Amino acid sequence: MSLWTPDPTFYPSPRDAAGAPAEKLAYVAAFDRSATRPDALAVLDTDATSPTYGEVVGWTDLPNTGDELHHFGWNACSSALCPYAPHPHVERRYLIVPGLRSSRIHIFDTKDRISPELVKVIEAEDLAKRAGYSRPHTVHCGPEGLYLSALGGADGNEGPGGIAILDHTSFEVLGRWEVDRGPQYLAYDFWWHLNHDVLISSEWGTPSMIEDGVVGELLLGRAYGHKLHFWDLRKRRHVQEIDLGDEHQMTLELRPAHDPTHAYGFAGVVTSVADLSASVWLWFREDGRWKADKVISIPAEPADAALLPPVLQPFGAVPPLVTDIDLSVDDQRLYVSCWGTGEIKQYDVSDPAKPVELGSLKIGGIVRQAPHPAQPSLPLRGGPQMVEVSRDGRRVYVTNSLYGAWDDQFYPEGVGAWMAKIDADSFTFDTRFFPHGEAFRGLRPHQVRLQGGDASSDSYCYP
Amino acid sequence: MTIATVLLLGAFHGLNPAMGWLFAVARGLQERSRDLLLQSLPVIALGHLASVALVALVVGATGSLVTGRVLSIGGGVVLVGFGLWRLLSTRHFRWVGMRLSLWQLACWSFLMSSAHGAGLMLLPVFTSLHAPGHPGHALTGGLAVAALHTLAMFVVAGVIALVVYEVVGLTVLRRAWFNLDRMWAIALVSAGVITLVQA
Repeated sequence: MSLWTPDPTFYPSPRDAAGAPAEKLAYVAAFDRSATRPDALAVLDTDATSPTYGEVVGWTDLPNTGDELHHFGWNACSSALCPYAPHPHVERRYLIVPGLRSSRIHIFDTKDRISPELVKVIEAEDLAKRAGYSRPHTVHCGPEGLYLSALGGADGNEGPGGIAILDHTSFEVLGRWEVDRGPQYLAYDFWWHLNHDVLISSEWGTPSMIEDGVVGELLLGRAYGHKLHFWDLRKRRHVQEIDLGDEHQMTLELRPAHDPTHAYGFAGVVTSVADLSASVWLWFREDGRWKADKVISIPAEPADAALLPPVLQPFGAVPPLVTDIDLSVDDQRLYVSCWGTGEIKQYDVSDPAKPVELGSLKIGGIVRQAPHPAQPSLPLRGGPQMVEVSRDGRRVYVTNSLYGAWDDQFYPEGVGAWMAKIDADSFTFDTRFFPHGEAFRGLRPHQVRLQGGDASSDSYCYP
Repeated sequence: MTIATVLLLGAFHGLNPAMGWLFAVARGLQERSRDLLLQSLPVIALGHLASVALVALVVGATGSLVTGRVLSIGGGVVLVGFGLWRLLSTRHFRWVGMRLSLWQLACWSFLMSSAHGAGLMLLPVFTSLHAPGHPGHALTGGLAVAALHTLAMFVVAGVIALVVYEVVGLTVLRRAWFNLDRMWAIALVSAGVITLVQA
């Protein structure tokens, strides 16, 4: 059903979106590692004036088990206002929730209810038959459809991974997006510079490289992804690849500038096999070609091997493992999650080529196991992982689980389950917001989506 | 009466952000160039004119082959059907791409106008021009109507684009972008009914 005036959560420009009201709810993907119980969407109360602030106030189980929820997104967002195919009267209402392991895609209705209601399931066979993909991951709402990246090929093929297109009203899988995929084989994240007709994609690994944990020989053999790919969004053709160097293993999250007149963005790299450091890269265009520079490098922390999980004992150090980054809607602050050392860093990126570290908070971590200030006696495992920033840039949310098999390798005693909220201005933890342990009913929390949109959900066509 | 209708429909089309003024504003904002906005508007109007004139030509050509009554009934039925489809369908015009040359922008405008049935909305005017025995008159009259209509569209779109670009800013879209698609569909159905009544 369409509206008479635009959905109030759509904003023409990032500047307008920064004035959006505070979110009252956060949706969190939570999964059961044992795959014996259904995964779920947990709904957190983020309204600081509410008596149930910081508590899980809604919960919806999935219909099956073993989906491994991971990332998810909205059916529509501010890109619906884009001038070339505008349809501003659709509602931001449905969450598109892929199962990374099962390849099922779930559609949840969030309107006028706290616990989302399942309205449709697209089976793995449909995705395979129509698009030739499996292991769906990132969802972005484009002006004329839904884009969904996938890590694996269909019919048991490891790859190539790529992007599928979904109709944004019927949610049917329409087909594969690429006309010419060029050399990209490994897939992971993608996003775009809409006003420049450019799509950017990144690389992790194929299903067999990730589903049973990180494979040491492959990592040391530099076999995981280490490239960025640039595409003509209009013609759906691969244009250019940038190799960051094969020591830089796993180029994951992509955060392009929200200001549509700019054509730069940040990419996080999990680890360097040369020295276990993690890095953040800036991509930009110069003389008509794309380039990328390392703008942040975070070193590994030496540690007693006895305190390390088997996977790290040969190295005698804790790698930072930058597994997620997030750029505020005003493009001024970059947040970097160090899931290994248990740290989240805040950078001033007003000059994107020269990030300046403003602050750092320690929580969890392989060796440090730093507690949350709300419960100083409780050591925490896992680290800040998925990070999400509110549209006004004032609140930052983090959860602690990375990916089932990888959690178990790096936190073999159990990764636990917790979520934290950070006040961005003072860069301190909110001691009233610390859902943990049984709040997630034994499931592990992963991506957070904020009601009405957040810093990684919307793209804008007007400066 | 007819001229007023033609102008009003032109203004209505010009008012619709989807018909192009918004694209012109976006192009201007992207490059921080009012010149680019001003260049875009006539090109968008040209695409609109082509779409409307095409309908005028088809009606003119068909009108020379069939009686005015058959033309009106046929046209009216097409129009009511198209209008109902626009009203009930959730499909919308799909296009990817912001960086268009002026020529591509004209094509975009032609496609956008055609997909929305901009020319069809003028069908009652086109069919009413078909006085018996003067097919040539109907054809030139139809093209004149298309030109007049596009002029009104161009003026309204231009004024809105400049006011939004220079004064009010795009935040106004959040409140003032009414769902013209429904009004548009209703206008199409009404035009079809009028055409049928005329028959």
